Amino acid sequence: MLKLLTMQEAIAELVPDGASIALGLQLEQMIPFAAGHEIIRQKKRGLTLIGPISDILFDQLIGAGCVEKVIAAWVGNVMMGSAYNFRRAVEQNGMRVVNMTNFTVALALQAGAMGVPFMPTRTALGSDVARENEFFAKVESPFGGQDSSQNQQESRGDGRSRPSVPSAAGQTGGGKLHAVRALSPDVTIVHVQRADCEGNAHCWGNFGVMLEGVRAAKRVIVVAEEIVEPEVIASDPNRTVIPGFLVNAVVECRYGAHPSPVQGYYKRDDAFFRQYHEQTKTKPDSDAWLERWVYGVADRRAYMNQLGGCRVDELGVKQHAYAAQADFGY
Amino acid sequence: MVACAAREIRDGEVVFVGMRLPLIAFVVAKRTHAPNAIGLFENGVIRSTPAPELIYTMADPPNILGATQCLDMLGVMSLLQSGRVHLGFLGAAEVDRFGNLNSTEVRGPKGLTRLPGSGGACDIASLAQRFVVLLEHSKQRLPERVSYVTSPGNGDGSGWRQRVGLPRGGPAAAITTKAVLRFGKDGEAYLSSVHLGIEVDDVLSNTGWKLRVADKLVQTPEPSADELRAIREYDKEGFWTT
Repeated sequence: MLKLLTMQEAIAELVPDGASIALGLQLEQMIPFAAGHEIIRQKKRGLTLIGPISDILFDQLIGAGCVEKVIAAWVGNVMMGSAYNFRRAVEQNGMRVVNMTNFTVALALQAGAMGVPFMPTRTALGSDVARENEFFAKVESPFGGQDSSQNQQESRGDGRSRPSVPSAAGQTGGGKLHAVRALSPDVTIVHVQRADCEGNAHCWGNFGVMLEGVRAAKRVIVVAEEIVEPEVIASDPNRTVIPGFLVNAVVECRYGAHPSPVQGYYKRDDAFFRQYHEQTKTKPDSDAWLERWVYGVADRRAYMNQLGGCRVDELGVKQHAYAAQADFGY
Repeated sequence: MVACAAREIRDGEVVFVGMRLPLIAFVVAKRTHAPNAIGLFENGVIRSTPAPELIYTMADPPNILGATQCLDMLGVMSLLQSGRVHLGFLGAAEVDRFGNLNSTEVRGPKGLTRLPGSGGACDIASLAQRFVVLLEHSKQRLPERVSYVTSPGNGDGSGWRQRVGLPRGGPAAAITTKAVLRFGKDGEAYLSSVHLGIEVDDVLSNTGWKLRVADKLVQTPEPSADELRAIREYDKEGFWTT
């Protein structure tokens, strides 16, 4: 099966109404906005959104009426604060939100990725996040309160300048734990710098929960700034964060993460996030924003044309910073 | 407020840096008294040098360039959970008498106000060896009890964290726009210092409970010339520090 699809084809084929979709997994970096906008244009409905911090993409999908439920740690506009469509949906229309924490989103996806029903953790004990939340259960460690790290007392001898970093021994808090339920998204969508036509993908920068999100998903869409020859990907397997056999569709989409940054390709468009905050305070304003930036443009190319050449140039890399070569020879 | 927050970082400490204001507090500390501090960011970044230019989010390209390590969230959260992080920094909409934090929702006379949510705040408050919270000082922001505990502080007092199973930690300070609150052995907040030009009564009347006052109440030390220079050189347009 040919995996290299247009964005329109990938969303039409792989994102049905009612699907659970994980996206924005690299936190504020490489958010797949172009894919999100295509979901809005195709008027998908009843979606469940999954992610740690979505920045404003979740807000846009919510404002467009695509979303029934959100499973996330944080929904807003990272540099500005609140996101208004999310607030309206929860405050006025009672949209369902499963409140998570960043760590427990990662653990839920990791459990899904590992094929086990839950992962244990000490986070959120005593917090209201875990109360009446289907993703949390209180459990006791079957091995008692101490963990193996008591055998790993500090071995480093550099304690002169650095305050000691204690091991967990003696302060493990007993055997009380939270079990965090496994989560397997129907579709995970990620944006990367480059991939080959099989979906083997290179990514650099921070990963957030992308690796778990890809491994946990039933289907995966990889959106790449560039499609490159398989030899380019194979030349640096340590940078291959997604093996192609997990990938259902590969989409080439230059600037597909704008206004979020893609390391080595373009920086964050901070002004765009500020403008979004100013221009979406009411429902009519938000509708006008979606009309201008989503419905009113056919694809990412038209969107970037509307943004304008000057602004695109301004976002581009001003000073390249290449990593040293790694020798894989033998 | 930022200088005050920066001073909570001791040189050489491992610091879990939350979103927004803590981002700049870490940079100021690195450029002044704590050059050997290590920053952990929940997106997966570990830095031993401050970001070379102003960042609005932890995933901005300057925070990636020259980082010590860029990997995944589970990696840095594992370090946090296993006790390797000395200090965690976070913000909140509400902080209460026992240092519990709410950043999820507020129910008032006008109905429900939905806030963005925990992000990594609950994880930092649960698992760091100590945490510091930054917020504006007002009666609304400092209620006697938060209506929703997003991030656990001292619960209802001494011994609570141990009872619920939290492995360590708790609030070390709440740094507000008027003062610094610290926490006694019983887990309750007290007024530790007031910022320059702020009256004690102003602090007390803008706190949602009868705030105890330290025996040796002092004025918060003013930002040093070095700290002010570090803040101004970094946040040139005053986005974070107007």
